[in-house]
Amino acid sequence: MKTATKYLGLELANPLILGAGPVSGHIDACKAYEDAGAAAVTMHSLWMEQIAAAQRAAMAMDDFAHSHAEATTYLNEPANYRLGPDEYLEHLAKLKAALGVPVIGSLNGITKGRWTRYARLIQEAGADALELNVYHLPTDPTESPTDVEQRYIDVLTSVKEQVSIPVAIKLPYFFTAPVHLAKRLDAAGADGIVMFNRVYRPDIDVDDLEVKPVRPLSSSASLRNRILWIAATWGHVKCSLALSGGVHVAEDFVKAMMAGADVAQVVSTVLLHGPQRVTQILADVRQWMIDHEYESIAQMRGSMSLANSPDPKEFERANYMASLNTWAG
Amino acid sequence: MSDTTHATWDANEATSDVAYRINEVISIYPITPASPMGEWADTWAARKRPNLWGDVPQVVEMQSEAGAAGAVHGALQAGALTTTFTASQGLLLMIPNMYKIAGELTPSVIHISARTLATHALSIFGDHSDVYSARSTGYAMLASNSVQEAHDFSLIAQAASLRSRIPFLHFFDGFRTSHEVAKTKRLSDDDLRAMLDTGALAAHRARRMTPDAPVLRGTAQNPDHFFQARETITPFYADCAAIVQEVMDEFAELTGRRYNLFDYVGHPEAERVVVLMGSGAETVHETVEWAAARGEKVGAVKVRLFRPFDGAALAAALPSTVETIGVLDRAKEPGAVGEPLYMDVICGLAQQGRNGMNIVGGRYGLSSKEFNPAMIVGVFDELKKEQPKNSFTVGILDDVSHSSLDWDAELDIEPDEVFRAVFVGLGADGTVGANKNSIKIIGEETDNHAQGYFVYDSKKSGAITVSHLRFGPRPIRSTYLIKEANFLACHQWVFVDKYPVEKFASQGTTFLLNAPYGPDEVWDHLNVELQTAIIDKGMRFFVIDAYDVAREANLGVRINTIMQTCFFAISGVLPREEAIEQIKKAIRKTYGAKGEDIVQMNFEAVDTTLANLHEVTVPAEVTATRTRPSMVSDEAPDFVKNVTAEIMAGNGDLLPVSVFPPDGTWPTHTTRWEKRTIAQEIPIWDPSICTQCNKCVAVCPHAAIRAKVAAPEAMDEAPIGFRHVPYKARDYKGMAYMIQVAPEDCTGCSLCVKVCPARDKSRPRHKAIDMEPLLDHLETEKAAYDFFCDLPEVDRTEVKPRMKDSQFLLPMFEYNGACAGCGETPYVKLMSQLFGDRLMIANATGCSSIYGGNLPTAPWTKDDAGRGPTWSNSLFEDNAEFGFGFRLAVDQLQMQAKRLIQEMSGTLGDELVTALLEADMDDEAGIAAQRKRVEMVRAKIAALDSEDAKMLDQVADYLVRKSVWILGGDGWAYDIGYGGLDHVIASDRDVNLLVMDTEVYSNTGGQASKATPLGATAKFAAAGKPTPKKDLGMLAMSYGSCYVAQIAIGAKDTQVLKAFREAESYRGPSLILAYSHCIAHGYNLEQGLDQQKKAVKTGYWPLYRFDPRLVSETHSGLTLDSKPPQMDLAEFAWNEGRYGMLRKADPERANMLMDLAQKDVIRRFRRLQAFANSRKAE
Repeated sequence: MKTATKYLGLELANPLILGAGPVSGHIDACKAYEDAGAAAVTMHSLWMEQIAAAQRAAMAMDDFAHSHAEATTYLNEPANYRLGPDEYLEHLAKLKAALGVPVIGSLNGITKGRWTRYARLIQEAGADALELNVYHLPTDPTESPTDVEQRYIDVLTSVKEQVSIPVAIKLPYFFTAPVHLAKRLDAAGADGIVMFNRVYRPDIDVDDLEVKPVRPLSSSASLRNRILWIAATWGHVKCSLALSGGVHVAEDFVKAMMAGADVAQVVSTVLLHGPQRVTQILADVRQWMIDHEYESIAQMRGSMSLANSPDPKEFERANYMASLNTWAG
Repeated sequence: MSDTTHATWDANEATSDVAYRINEVISIYPITPASPMGEWADTWAARKRPNLWGDVPQVVEMQSEAGAAGAVHGALQAGALTTTFTASQGLLLMIPNMYKIAGELTPSVIHISARTLATHALSIFGDHSDVYSARSTGYAMLASNSVQEAHDFSLIAQAASLRSRIPFLHFFDGFRTSHEVAKTKRLSDDDLRAMLDTGALAAHRARRMTPDAPVLRGTAQNPDHFFQARETITPFYADCAAIVQEVMDEFAELTGRRYNLFDYVGHPEAERVVVLMGSGAETVHETVEWAAARGEKVGAVKVRLFRPFDGAALAAALPSTVETIGVLDRAKEPGAVGEPLYMDVICGLAQQGRNGMNIVGGRYGLSSKEFNPAMIVGVFDELKKEQPKNSFTVGILDDVSHSSLDWDAELDIEPDEVFRAVFVGLGADGTVGANKNSIKIIGEETDNHAQGYFVYDSKKSGAITVSHLRFGPRPIRSTYLIKEANFLACHQWVFVDKYPVEKFASQGTTFLLNAPYGPDEVWDHLNVELQTAIIDKGMRFFVIDAYDVAREANLGVRINTIMQTCFFAISGVLPREEAIEQIKKAIRKTYGAKGEDIVQMNFEAVDTTLANLHEVTVPAEVTATRTRPSMVSDEAPDFVKNVTAEIMAGNGDLLPVSVFPPDGTWPTHTTRWEKRTIAQEIPIWDPSICTQCNKCVAVCPHAAIRAKVAAPEAMDEAPIGFRHVPYKARDYKGMAYMIQVAPEDCTGCSLCVKVCPARDKSRPRHKAIDMEPLLDHLETEKAAYDFFCDLPEVDRTEVKPRMKDSQFLLPMFEYNGACAGCGETPYVKLMSQLFGDRLMIANATGCSSIYGGNLPTAPWTKDDAGRGPTWSNSLFEDNAEFGFGFRLAVDQLQMQAKRLIQEMSGTLGDELVTALLEADMDDEAGIAAQRKRVEMVRAKIAALDSEDAKMLDQVADYLVRKSVWILGGDGWAYDIGYGGLDHVIASDRDVNLLVMDTEVYSNTGGQASKATPLGATAKFAAAGKPTPKKDLGMLAMSYGSCYVAQIAIGAKDTQVLKAFREAESYRGPSLILAYSHCIAHGYNLEQGLDQQKKAVKTGYWPLYRFDPRLVSETHSGLTLDSKPPQMDLAEFAWNEGRYGMLRKADPERANMLMDLAQKDVIRRFRRLQAFANSRKAE
């Protein structure tokens, strides 16, 4: 049975990879996931705000230096310390050294700023590829849909200028024309498109009148949105497609492949269940393939895409109509 | 041109650089101005820099200088080359060990940044009173006069000590030399090796204590043999001076820098000679050369080796033509025939038969008092007289004892070849740091000699710094402030009206001003004084809006690089392109480790600066009509106008002796005259959404936002813009309520806004107080605050014992000089509100003694009856005992008063006497009633002429309960003063100890104390403190008789109030441990209160109260006021730089320590719980 796959030009033993999440912060844990069968590891994101904040914090350490006769400084400053970005790069290098599977760096930013040079530093730290997470909420009323899409193209282009390793771009799901954007990104040089990142929708604390962040984990229910747009995009782009969000069990994984994903990323499920969940999914997928007489993953990839599915209308408006009717009934 | 044999540094670093390389054990304790020497040693050890023998020396911080000296003594006895660094009171604490070390002929060196001893006042600045006090210890004393000498003599002292076996005290002037940055030649490791006698070193090792060759030392001796044994050392002292000279000769051979025991400079046939030691000798040297070149027969002797004093060498150094000698001492020894150096010179020369000269002594430069060539010329002029004044003073006007000499204040002898630059900046704007950089650039990248000296005022927020920079082709000996600058920069627009910056200008000075106005409009905003100076002195005038450039470059308020670029661009000290390149190099060096983006941001700022720097066309005439506002209001008392205001204006040097109180006693209630206006934004109150909780008032570190209730009819007179609303709660029903900011006293820290719980329901971004630009509100709020202050205060007897109500009480601690957002001062303010009118404060040296008692102004206030806190600082180490002494006196005098009223009951009446004796003074009503009774006593005895009546009049006030508070930080309570604190809390006396725990020595720059928690970094705990914080509360509770509370105002203010009230009401000792966020924690103090909440939620800082009065069969006495840990310690700790830095430097260790710290937090909380529950009924 062939599970090998190619993602961002990387040869992977199978299409199940660790998505960007807190697990990558722990080298031992990553090794356990590698042993469990994860075919690649995506690092947690280095945020452009994190880069700026770390540097601002470092500058703030000097705020009171030379301000009073009795003390030149107030804090002990080590000779060699690593700020957020450096720490990240160092960790990435360690992770790369510790693992046999490819390590994908992750950079999160929304402008073309100076931070994009960290893409090159991520490459230099040994990353096999880079996942670019453009987490941008278009809340500015003067920013048009065209502007929003152009922002993605611009960020991708400026990062691509920095690196020679493959770059995947991770999108949120709220585009007017996701497939069109995917094609533009493909044309602009994206080596892969990841659908979708999780949008943290904040909650309101009614007592304190404060906005509080909520970070729910995904469930299999998150999967459908991804399946729809992977299925719709498949065949329209040359680049790789990754499905991220909602893969919790083997069946979710199979659906991802059938919709057209080259790889499926797992994050929430492994946070909940640990490395054995990876082993379990892969074993169950194998069993499923045996039971359903599939010889390879490639055989199922895209089979239920919009282009290939037996009834494409089900993906489109008719599906919605049908749903309404079904519920009405 | 870069040259590794040179270094541009200050004497502390230059000294430590040698001491570190040639020692094996370094035992220290922080004290200004010596702290940096220990810090350098600690930094190098943390970075694994090896000493001369390839090892990293052991650098340890002890609990006091006495402890440091003890460890030095022990390490020396055990055979290690050992050193320490100290100053002033620290040296005093070392004296007992110094007698031992010298008595045992143990070679070693103590390096001293000489600092004034506290007498009528503490001073952190320099003179020789500390080293003089150690002159009978048997230590040799070697004086360095400059940064180069401090570096060289560190080695010479060590080499001579090893050879002579006599321990050395190597000293240089605190601040003037210790903090002066200068270009020097650096000694290589080979130089050091060449000078250290390996035989002497081996002999030192051979004398060590070891069980392999056991000896007995430190014995007790008896009258029959002690004396003879003591005389055995005489030959060593007899040889010492010759050994020092021999070492100096070898040093000259090696380095080309020649020193002698006494170095003479000046006219070879001098008739008048000045003898002195320390930095002043350099200015004398410069002046003598200037005068001799003009034919004056004057000279100077620089004393290098003060002890053992070699009279023969002095006599040999003096030209035979000398007729008059003036010996200058940088200290005062009241009651002595003369000061120490004067006495030694007279005696030394007499012993050599050099009689017939007129030798007089004088004092100069106490507490770093300016000592310049004009004053020295004044001394030489005096020496010309037939009968020169003896015991004279120079540098001051002594109109009391008429000791002072006249001098020509206008005289300036600085040669044109020296480029002089003065920069006036704000403490936190980076001016001093940038200037240190500039000196290094010029010192290290050109052939110029360079010197930098920095003057700070005593405030910790909004302080003025003045940087004095000199560059020139020859070594710079000018150890005095620049009088006339070629280049003058004012880095803050606000100083134009606050500080006479133009006083540094001379003809043709280039003047750079950072102003929010362009080149076409800035002139119109200047005052008359500045415009006049610019025109009269033909100054070139440049302007830049540096804050605008900084904002554009994303640098926030950091203008240092921008102003530095301007300096290089227009001063011409370096070719512009080269200067820019060097600035960029310096930026990379400074910020490189912090990230390329910061480097690039600064580069961009440099590049855009030049485009924004403009020369102003100076009009021919003064156009301003506005003069510089006076320092204080006309309403200020005469003393404030005549003395305080002059000091504030930078004219303190001009005040004569007669204006000063002779015993260090100063009036309180004077910060109110010092309107500093340092906030950019101030809190503005919106009464419509205010819940009237008064939390903003409670947390304000500077008492700059206040609450009041007043009669509504009083509001008729309110100025426009004054806000008030009806008070909501029952107690003051019908009254008007108001929150008012003091706009000129607020520091803009925004803690009040952070704590405000009231949000606008429709627009929650808006709170009941928001920070708004000062300039939009200044005039309105000034008028409003004046009106607010004039409204009557609440009747103290009616104020309910609730936190909210307590904030209606008049703060009797206001507008202090603490940092913006200080975590300590809200507690001090609350204490002053609750007990201020009967409060006696003993204050340990540290931050609180600086913001509580550093002149020119005092934050302690008085009420309308003239009562208020009375405050004093004794020392760092004795504060608990000092305050304990207050209580003993108060109790004794109260006992006397009680006895007298009983004895005079016939006159006073039994009823009054009984009421006085049995008065309940547990609340304000009781206190007020007793005060009334005391008034009655006074009325009844007023007409009596008996001794008893007079005595009773003196002590009657003690019948009213006094509240004794002993304040200090953790350095005092946990370390240096712990022994005394422990003794006092073990007593049964009614004293209250408030420990403001910042978990480091804040005042001296963040050194670790035993309050520093596990895992946090601090100076001397660079790798994170590996051991837990001392549990002082638990130790105190172990007595069972001491009230103990642990509090955090940001977490639970109601508990804070309870603790203060209970502590005060308890008639035995009480200890309050108050969590105090601090700039040394490494985060923006805006978040200070949130961090306090987290400190409590994580269990890091559990809240509790232990009250011995509650202890019973079923109650342990301990009440826990916070819940068990509800979040991980990391959620608190990683927000702070003191923890975070280690995580960035050594994540594995940081995580390991965090795990241990987390376990420790849980263990401590369980221990508290177990104690609290230990006597619960089954």
